[in-house]
Amino acid sequence: MKTGNSSYERYQRQVILKEFGEAGQQKLLQSKVLVIGAGGLGCPALQYLAGAGIGNIGIADDDIVSITDLHRQILYSTFDIGFSKAEKAKHVLTRANPEINIIAYRERVTPQNALNIIGAYDIVIDGTDNFSSRYLINDACALLGKPLVYGAVSQFEGQVAIFNYKKDQGDIPVNYRDLFPVPPVEGEVRNCAEAGVLGVLPGIIGTMQANETIKLITGIGTALVNSLLTYNALSNRVYEILISAKEETRLLIPASIEAFKQMDYELLCSSVKQPFEIDGETFDKLCNTTGVTIIDVREPGELPKPGGFNYQQLPLSGFNEKANAITGHTVVLFCQSGQRSLQAAQWLYDSLGGSKKIFSLQGGMLTWIKNKSTVKP
Amino acid sequence: MKVTILLFGQLTDIAGTDTITMEDIGDTDSVLASLQKRYPALAASKYVTAVDKNIISRNTLLQDNSTIALLPPFSGG
Repeated sequence: MKTGNSSYERYQRQVILKEFGEAGQQKLLQSKVLVIGAGGLGCPALQYLAGAGIGNIGIADDDIVSITDLHRQILYSTFDIGFSKAEKAKHVLTRANPEINIIAYRERVTPQNALNIIGAYDIVIDGTDNFSSRYLINDACALLGKPLVYGAVSQFEGQVAIFNYKKDQGDIPVNYRDLFPVPPVEGEVRNCAEAGVLGVLPGIIGTMQANETIKLITGIGTALVNSLLTYNALSNRVYEILISAKEETRLLIPASIEAFKQMDYELLCSSVKQPFEIDGETFDKLCNTTGVTIIDVREPGELPKPGGFNYQQLPLSGFNEKANAITGHTVVLFCQSGQRSLQAAQWLYDSLGGSKKIFSLQGGMLTWIKNKSTVKP
Repeated sequence: MKVTILLFGQLTDIAGTDTITMEDIGDTDSVLASLQKRYPALAASKYVTAVDKNIISRNTLLQDNSTIALLPPFSGG
């Protein structure tokens, strides 16, 4: 960076900070940051990241601007309603700082595209508004070893943390599942649309996410690694708790890229109560999902035996006595025609409440094998 | 012996306050049982429990002036 050019002048007020300097600026200009969700958190984060001179910024959002977004999503104007958030954000940010590269991804991050998109960046900022995206992004970042700057809000309170970041070589980095191992179920948590949010709050939290990102890249200060900060906009109470890596958490994250691509985060994180019954396609998907326990509730000796996946046998006749020994965050039950497994699902739900996701294969083995040719007779 | 319980997010709506103090209570299971008796809706809520800023996953003995924080997950953005 030569003195006297426009780039130097643009960043001059932060470059003169002795902790930051030209070295800090160079690190920002060479960095690649992906912001997933260009909403209440993403807008302020993006504005400060672009302003600070993050050299490469990705914006992933498949949503369009709505009038109910405008009180907090300050990159957009009334004239933008109905247009792509990713494209509009890119447009506004490019005008603010034409010296950086910005890529807009007008798509939802899914198990199929997440690893490709995230893989191209150094750091990910989670600015999404739902649990399925949050668990998906967490798992993808854990698999790829990408630092994740997490932020979330509800009503008047926000949370910020950094996951998957090793302070020292040999550290086991923490992730979101060390805090909340599995997604909440129906009624446990209200979403933003139900609970509401003060517009300025995601502004504060999203700005904190940008700040933590800049600290991670430049190495200045103490970043929120291995801790969760909560901020209350009404009381100004700030409270930090420490997060440590747990052995059991690793079992909840897909072990491989293939296992990750099989995950159905929408289903596993749906906050509305699911009807227990699932079709054969969903059943097959869950059979290959990490942390899912498959149980045959038929009596011993009943045929046909399915192949291609691991399952336990827990006959309906003794089901209730052994139900509390069932492991995994999700339980999928099957029987011959789908009647007994539905009964077992109801029993399990009655005894466990919402602590596990529970499903029953509709139509049972008889329907399932009809659609399969690879089953052992 | 006195302990302080800090509530966050929607848990403050359930309890109607963000800070509760309890006297003569020895462990976290007793604290949570007492809270759930007082505020039954708490039993249906998801939250992580921290004692003096460290997350716990099993019953934990409390010291005088311990702070117990109950933090629910937020999804909003």
